[in-house]
Amino acid sequence: MADSKMADAAATPVLTVQDLEAWYGESHILHGINFNVNTGEVVTLLGRNGAGKTTTLKSVMGIIGKRTGSIRFGDQDITRTSSDKIARMGVAFCPEERGIFASLDVRENLLLPPVVCPGGLSLDQIFDLFPNLKERLDSQGTKLSGGEQQMLAIARILRTGARFLMLDEPTEGLAPVIIQQIGHTIARLKKEGFTILLVEQNFRFAATVADRYYIVEHGKVIDGFANSDLQANMDKLHTYLGV
Amino acid sequence: MQALYAQLLVGLINGSFYALLSLGLAVIFGMLNIINFAHGAVYMMGAFCAYFLLNVMGIGYWPALIIAPIAVGIFGMILERTMLQWLAGLDHLYGLLLTFGMALIIQGIFQNYFGSSGLPYAIPDELRGGMNLGFMFLPIYRGWVVVFSLIVCIATWYLIEKTRLGANLRAATENPTLVRAFGINVPRMITLTYGLGVGLAALAGVLSAPINQVRPLMGADLIIVVFAVVVIGGMGSIMGSIITGFALGVIEGLTKYFYPEASNTVVFVLMVLVLLVKPTGLTGRATT
Repeated sequence: MADSKMADAAATPVLTVQDLEAWYGESHILHGINFNVNTGEVVTLLGRNGAGKTTTLKSVMGIIGKRTGSIRFGDQDITRTSSDKIARMGVAFCPEERGIFASLDVRENLLLPPVVCPGGLSLDQIFDLFPNLKERLDSQGTKLSGGEQQMLAIARILRTGARFLMLDEPTEGLAPVIIQQIGHTIARLKKEGFTILLVEQNFRFAATVADRYYIVEHGKVIDGFANSDLQANMDKLHTYLGV
Repeated sequence: MQALYAQLLVGLINGSFYALLSLGLAVIFGMLNIINFAHGAVYMMGAFCAYFLLNVMGIGYWPALIIAPIAVGIFGMILERTMLQWLAGLDHLYGLLLTFGMALIIQGIFQNYFGSSGLPYAIPDELRGGMNLGFMFLPIYRGWVVVFSLIVCIATWYLIEKTRLGANLRAATENPTLVRAFGINVPRMITLTYGLGVGLAALAGVLSAPINQVRPLMGADLIIVVFAVVVIGGMGSIMGSIITGFALGVIEGLTKYFYPEASNTVVFVLMVLVLLVKPTGLTGRATT
């Protein structure tokens, strides 16, 4: 399938997801998700609204109650692991709704996720990436603009030392100039060796940062291709995404 | 005038207990989403714990002030681990029924062994006697209760609003799933929070022992008023419950002086008025 087509003998998988199924209460959302992410890659899950992209990220993070199949992080099986333990292994999650806490100021929001591994960015490095945050440290978290909230949501997981980041639609609802800034940030993180799993609707943005793509539809991964094959797959992509 | 000041002092004392108890209720409600009806029972257990420490083990007031809240807090954490944690995500009604049932059982056990009359607990030697303030006579122990309660309340407020631990707590109140996904052990934090709330109630129980005697139903009588205080202050607001606790104690005291017939109902009349004007309570935020 998609996996074998893109198999790269030299690459070491950070994340391997096989036959993942997941449920929200009674509704069966994921019907067999298969994909992998190798060290240092930016992999993007594309798909329409409701296809199961966010549920896939949440399942990997351990915050979907019922899940079956296999999720491996490095050489450990994390299918049944609780989310706090998964985070402590070095997985960081930036949710679609950003999850900025209203009862915490910007500084408290930034310092909330505990450091889980050595080697995270220092506050100075973070302010270098996102100068706006430094000016707003004492503001209430939710008083920031949408773009600043997104920066804060990314910034706070960079401090923790996690080397595998999952970003759920980081560009949603943001102005082009901010999207560009987030694109630069992702490119820079990739250069520094972070591994990133991205969920995007905006594949024009994804094309600027991703190494590989998987297409998610009706709770399944139905296709996958490398960035170099993007042009060749453009027609297919338009059909999949309905754009 | 003397009588007015005396009632004001009684009001402040009651206010201290209201504040300590409603503070614990607010902390527990914020984190566990449970209205802890067992709060009066653990307050009573704090007082009994001090009584046992003194009469069985010969341990006096000062160590009891530390030991009783910790012991009762641990008891609370066991209740949370074994029973309350299974209520997460269910309707408030389940938590209310469970904690109300626990309160009845605990109070019933104590009543079975100790009856309903009060057991005496002496004021510690260091705090005996009183001071003449010129305009009134102040029993030292009562002054101590007010000042010490105020310090504990402010310390708790500081812990929750100004420290790193408190930031974790506030964040987990808003979005426990995400906080856990950052690597914080939220279930353990919930257990400790329940222990803290219960410990504060037990501390109030120890403070109250020399004033109100130690009775199995001492908490049941008090807790109804405390719930009115929490409703007026707004569930989930720390500073709100402290200020409302003290303020309502004072208002109750003043009513005893100016119109004694209404002293038992004034808190509830205020509750109705506040609910009519601001259903979330004076400092409460609307919850979703």
